[in-house]
Amino acid sequence: MKNTQTYFDLNRRSFLKSTAAAGALVLGTYFVGSAPRAMAGVLSKPSETAMRANLFVSLRLDGMVEITCHRSEMGQQIRTAIAQIVADEMEAKWDKVIVIQAKGDPAYGDQNTDGSRSIRFNMQRLREMGASVRYMMQHAAAKRWGVAPNTCVAQQHTVTHSSGKTIAYKDLINDALNITPPDADKLKLKTRDEWRYINTGMAHVDLKDIVTGKATFAADVREPQALVAIIERPPVVGGTVKSFDANAAKAVKGVVDVIEIPSPQGAPQFQPKGGIAIVANTTWAAWQGRKALSVTWNDGINGDYNSEAFKQDLLETVNKPQAHVREKGDALSVLSTTTDKLVADYYVPHLAQAPMEPPCATAMYYKDRVDVWAATQNPQADMETVGAMIGMEKDKVNVYVTMLGGAFGRKSKPDFSAEAAYLSMKTGKPVRVQWTREDDIQHGFYHAVSAQHVEAALSDDGKIDAYLHRTAFSPIASTFQAGANAPFSFELDLGFTDNPIFTENMKLERGEAPAKARIGWMRSVSNIFHAFAVQSFINEAAHKVEKDSKDYLLEVIGPDRIIDVTKQNAEYLNYWGDKAVYPLDTARLRNVIEEVAKMASWGRDMPKGRGLGIAAHRSFLTYVATVVEVEVSDTGDLSVIKSWVAIDAGTVVNTDTVKNQTQGGSVYGITTAISDGITFDKGRVQQSNFHNYRVPRMSDSPLDVEVSVIESDAPPAGVGEPATPVYAPALCNAIFAACGKRIRQLPIGNQLKA
Amino acid sequence: MITFTVNGNKHKFAGDPSTPVLWYLRDELNLTGPKFGCGMAQCGACTVHIDGIAQRSCVLPVSAVQGRKVTTIEGLSSDGEHPVQQAWIEHQVPQCGFCQCGQIMQAASLLASNPNPSDDEIVQNMSGNICRCGTYPRIHKAIKSAAKTMSANAGVSYFTPESLEEKA
Repeated sequence: MKNTQTYFDLNRRSFLKSTAAAGALVLGTYFVGSAPRAMAGVLSKPSETAMRANLFVSLRLDGMVEITCHRSEMGQQIRTAIAQIVADEMEAKWDKVIVIQAKGDPAYGDQNTDGSRSIRFNMQRLREMGASVRYMMQHAAAKRWGVAPNTCVAQQHTVTHSSGKTIAYKDLINDALNITPPDADKLKLKTRDEWRYINTGMAHVDLKDIVTGKATFAADVREPQALVAIIERPPVVGGTVKSFDANAAKAVKGVVDVIEIPSPQGAPQFQPKGGIAIVANTTWAAWQGRKALSVTWNDGINGDYNSEAFKQDLLETVNKPQAHVREKGDALSVLSTTTDKLVADYYVPHLAQAPMEPPCATAMYYKDRVDVWAATQNPQADMETVGAMIGMEKDKVNVYVTMLGGAFGRKSKPDFSAEAAYLSMKTGKPVRVQWTREDDIQHGFYHAVSAQHVEAALSDDGKIDAYLHRTAFSPIASTFQAGANAPFSFELDLGFTDNPIFTENMKLERGEAPAKARIGWMRSVSNIFHAFAVQSFINEAAHKVEKDSKDYLLEVIGPDRIIDVTKQNAEYLNYWGDKAVYPLDTARLRNVIEEVAKMASWGRDMPKGRGLGIAAHRSFLTYVATVVEVEVSDTGDLSVIKSWVAIDAGTVVNTDTVKNQTQGGSVYGITTAISDGITFDKGRVQQSNFHNYRVPRMSDSPLDVEVSVIESDAPPAGVGEPATPVYAPALCNAIFAACGKRIRQLPIGNQLKA
Repeated sequence: MITFTVNGNKHKFAGDPSTPVLWYLRDELNLTGPKFGCGMAQCGACTVHIDGIAQRSCVLPVSAVQGRKVTTIEGLSSDGEHPVQQAWIEHQVPQCGFCQCGQIMQAASLLASNPNPSDDEIVQNMSGNICRCGTYPRIHKAIKSAAKTMSANAGVSYFTPESLEEKA
C-alpha cells in the first residue's frame, strides 16, 4: 500500500457550511438507495453541514456519518463492505452510517470496479481513513478535557475518559477540526480481535430498498422531461449506415426525432457502434418507432465472420507450434518419445455477460458540462468516452453512478453513456438510452471464443512427465488496437501461465487469433476457458491411469510449494499483486481441495446415473475448489443436484457476502456449460434474447450450494469472480463420473443425448 | 378509455391500448419496482399481480387489464412487511437486486395459491424468473421460510391494495 499518501490528504478536510461549497467539497457525492424519489435525477445530496474529515468520511451535526463508496455496486455489496471497514476503524455506530455513492472523480484513485479487487486495493487505506477519524475524536476530547489522550477511548460514536465522563462524536466536530492525525503509517489500526464489523456477515445496506422496489437502477432515474431513445445499431462490428427511411418511424405517435449516431473509426474502444436512434416521449413509442424504421447497412470487413469456421481455425492453430509463454525442462522431447500420451482439445464459445439490467444511461447536455446517470462499473471511463464523443473536456462530464442491475464486465464499457450524451447534445433535452435485451445480446463486448490443446506424457504410476498446453483466443487488446491478434500477459496469466501442475517438463504456448467481434471481459475472463481445459484434462488423466480424481488432482499439484513462474522464463503480473504478498501457494490450493472433499463426503457410493466431479483453481489471488453432484438420466437429461465450494480469499470483510458471491459465481459458471453460446454468421450475432441465449434458471441450478469460507489472516484477495471458472469443469467432470461422457466442447448442448 | 386500479388507485388510460402494462407503470406512473429485462416474458423481472396472480407486465397490453386490479411491488406491502419480503431480508437473498421485485411478486403469488409448496413446485413456479447473480438457492430457501411464517400466522391479514381500495 505504498501509494496510500496519494489519497490520504487529511489537510484538505474542511468544515462545510455554505450551500455553494457543499457539492464541491464532498466531490459531488450524493445518496443512492435511501434517497427520496421525486427530485431531479432521483438522487439526493449529502448534508450541507457536514465536516469533511477526509476523502471518505464526513461527519454531520446530527451525529450521522457519511461514508463514501467510490466503487460501483453491482451485487457484490461493496457499499456495505466499504462502510464496514471505515465504520469499524472509526468506531462509528452502524445505525448512524449513511453510504454516499461517489461520482466519477480521479481524486478517489481507480474506480474501475472489476478484477475482484475493490477490497484488495482499498482495504488498507479505508482502514486508515476510519482510524484517523477515531484519532481525531479521541484527541479532541482529551484536549477539551485537558487530559492525556491515552486516558480517552473512542468507541461507538462516543469518547470516554478513564474517569467515566463521556462525550458524543457529534459534540466534538469543531474541536476535531483542529486535530491533525499522524501520517498513515503511524496511525494505530485496530487489531483483528478488536474488529466489530469486519469479518462478520452483517446485512447489506441496500437490502430493504431492494425488496421494496425503491433501489434506484439506471432506468429508474427520473430526469424531468427526459426523452427515451432506442437505437438500431449496425449488426456487424465496423459496419455503417448505408441508407435509412425514417418516415414510418416518425409517424409513430410519441416519436419526436430520428437521429443518426456516427460510427466509430479504428478500434472499437468503448465507443458507440453508431446507428439510428429513435427518440420519443415514452419507451414504448421509441420501441414502436424502431420497429417501423428501415435501415440498410454497409457491413465492412467483419461481414464475413462465421464463428463455426473460426472455431476450426482456432483448433488448427492450437494443433501447431506457437509462441512461447512458459517453459521448464524439455517437454517436447519427452512427449515425442513417450508411449503413453493423453491428448485433448477443448473449446469454449463466445459468451455474453447478459446482466439482468440491460445497459442504460440518462444524460443532460449543457453548454459547459454534461451530467450522466449510468449503470457503470467505471465512471472515469464514462468521463473519457463521453467527453470524446461530444468534444468536451472529461472533467466537464459529471458521472453519477446508479445501482447496477448486474454487470459482469459489460458495464465497464460505457458506450451506452456516450450514446445518451450525444443524443442529449443533439436534442437539447435530457435523454435516457434504453438498451433492449436484443441490443444487449447482439451488440455486446463478448467473452473471447477459444480453443485449447493439451497433451501429457504419463508414467505408469500416473505421474505427469511432460505437459504441453497451447491456447488461442481473440484478445481483449483488439478492442483497443485495430488488428491486435495476440494476447497480452494479463490474459494469459489468468489460469494459463500460472498452471500449478508439478512436473519436470512443461511447455506453454499461445497462438494468434484475430477479433471479428468486440471482445470484452466477462466475470473471471480467460480463467473460464483455461480452467476448463486444465481441470478437465487432469480429470481425464485420472481416469486414464485409473485413480480417484480427487486424489489424482492433489497428486499432480504435488508437494506444497510457492511457484514463481517468472523463473520458468514467463511474464507474470499476478493480478497486479505483489508476489511476496500474494504468492502462488499450492498449499492453499491443496487445502481447499481437501476441505471441499470433506464437505461433499467425497468417495461415497453413488447410485447409477449420479456422479461427483471436482475441480480447483486459483484466480484473482483466491483459491477455490468445487465439487458438483449431477444426475444424468438414461435419455441424457442433466440435473445438477448439489454443489460444495471451499474458498480461501484471505481476509474477508463480509462473510455472508463471500458466501453469496460464491454461490452466485457458481451458478454463473453454469452459463458456460449450458448456454447456447454466442455464435456469428455473416458477422451477425445469431442469438437475440433469453429464449435462444439460455442462461441458468432455478431448474438448472442446484438448490443448495454449500460454501466453506476458509478462516485466514492472509491479505484480502478477490471474491466476485473466483467461483465461476472452476464450476464448468467440475460440472463436466461430474457428468463423466455419472455417465462416462466427456465434454470437451462447450456448450454441452445435446452431447449427452447422442 | 381503459379503467383499472393500480395498487388500489383508480386509473384511466386513453393511449395506445397495445402499450405493455410495464411501460405504463414505469413511464407514466413512475412505479419503477417492476423492471424491464427482456420484453418477451422470458425473465420475469417485470412481474406484477393482476387480480392477485403473477403475470409478466412486459407483454401484457393495457387493454387486457380493463376492470382489473394491478399490484406492483410498491403495493405488495406498505413498508416491506409482507412475509415474502421479510424472508428475503432474513436470508439476505439479493445481490444486485434487479430481478428481486419480480421474484418476490412471483413467490407471493405462488404462496397465495399454494401455501405449502413442495421443493419441485417451487422450482416449477419460479423457473420463469431469471436471476443472473444466481441467487436461486437462497430464493428457494426464502420461499420455504415464508411459507412457514404464513402458515404459522394463518388468519392474519396482510396489507393488500384491495384493502386500501375497500377503505377508500
